[in-house]
Amino acid sequence: MGREMLAVDVEKRLADFTLHAAFESASGVTALFGPSGAGKTTIVNMIAGLLKPDRGRIALNGDLVFDAAARIDVPTWRRRIGYVFQEGRLFPHFSVRHNLDYGRWMSGEAAEPAAFGHAVELLDIGHLLDRRPGKLSGGERQRVAIGRALLMSPRLLLLDEPLASLDAARKQDIVPYLLRLRDEAKVPMIYVSHDPAEVARIATRVVRLESGKVAATGGVELLT
Amino acid sequence: MLLSLRVATVATAVALPFGIAVAYALARSSFWGKPLVEAIVYVPLVLPPVVTGYLLLITFGRRAPVGAFLAEHFGIVFSFRWTGAALACGIMAFPLMVRAIGLSIEAIDRRLEDAAATLGANPMWIFLTVTLPLALPGIIAGAMLAFARALGEFGATITFVSNIPGETQIISAAIYTLTQVPGGDAAALRLVIISVVISLGALIVSEWLARRATARLHGA
Repeated sequence: MGREMLAVDVEKRLADFTLHAAFESASGVTALFGPSGAGKTTIVNMIAGLLKPDRGRIALNGDLVFDAAARIDVPTWRRRIGYVFQEGRLFPHFSVRHNLDYGRWMSGEAAEPAAFGHAVELLDIGHLLDRRPGKLSGGERQRVAIGRALLMSPRLLLLDEPLASLDAARKQDIVPYLLRLRDEAKVPMIYVSHDPAEVARIATRVVRLESGKVAATGGVELLT
Repeated sequence: MLLSLRVATVATAVALPFGIAVAYALARSSFWGKPLVEAIVYVPLVLPPVVTGYLLLITFGRRAPVGAFLAEHFGIVFSFRWTGAALACGIMAFPLMVRAIGLSIEAIDRRLEDAAATLGANPMWIFLTVTLPLALPGIIAGAMLAFARALGEFGATITFVSNIPGETQIISAAIYTLTQVPGGDAAALRLVIISVVISLGALIVSEWLARRATARLHGA
């Protein structure tokens, strides 16, 4: 394993095809780009540890988090990989503030008001802190979900079609926040999307997937 | 009367942690012998209560194997004590409790538990901070159902620990006894009214609690 952020080489039998994907990503935003059903979500779930590959290995900053041959499988909760899900998945029984604080609470680390304040400001969610997720709009919910993942100080942030549940206007609202996340928070990200326009704006690197295989890797020129 | 409340409360309180554990295990894991465990949990629901009482008697009676062991080593005696009544009530109420809690656990969106794991929560914390709070309406409903069932228990209790005034005579047994003696009607009626009031009260309180818990979940 070199100095690359993330190195993935995994195989998994799925219902209608076998996924076999190998790629590496550095800092910045790497887009996993391809049509629905190409295996994008499957790959991020394997990186997060929510799904176990049949074969292969996954390394993060040179740390093996999964290696089938060596029987290494670090459980999800020890991987410190943030995940922003398509549907947000905020905890309905906690306030927004409590949702944002959940990662820190679980790690047992002391509160960092500065980091909290910065994330809240970055995502412009200060006015939502005392609300419940049930009372948020789709765009607000996704911003809180991004904040929640960001505040666990992840080594890597996975975003699985975070804009897919939003209408076109809402999407345009969120994109600037994602760009700030990329340029200011400087968290390395894996960004899953099937929308070339969205990927072109956000990604610094593109991995194009087709039916479970990596068809090409390179810059945003792959999108055309 | 107070005895009945104490028996039902103790039965419910002691059964609750087991009820949650069993419901969780049955809802979430598949293990060898799961159908057998399921059958044992639900069997008091279909057995005649007298049969359950008799089985308790030959298991936990003073001279029965388990009963003798408990009495000798821990000083715990069930037979002909109010604790025995609580045991019988608890076992009779257990299936209802497990059913209600199990349904609410099955209804939980497991993707929220995955989300908690990505945020660094280990399985125990996921259970405590996500699963348990989301199952709360079902847990309240299960506890109240169990309480009402325990309060109404008759057959298993009378078979297991008899009908001793002040020790094991819970409300249903007392009503039954009073109807058997001449002139006991007025006293029986009084107990019947108390019983109806408590049961309705438990139902209303549980409805209210469950509704409040559900509302909290959905961000009211």
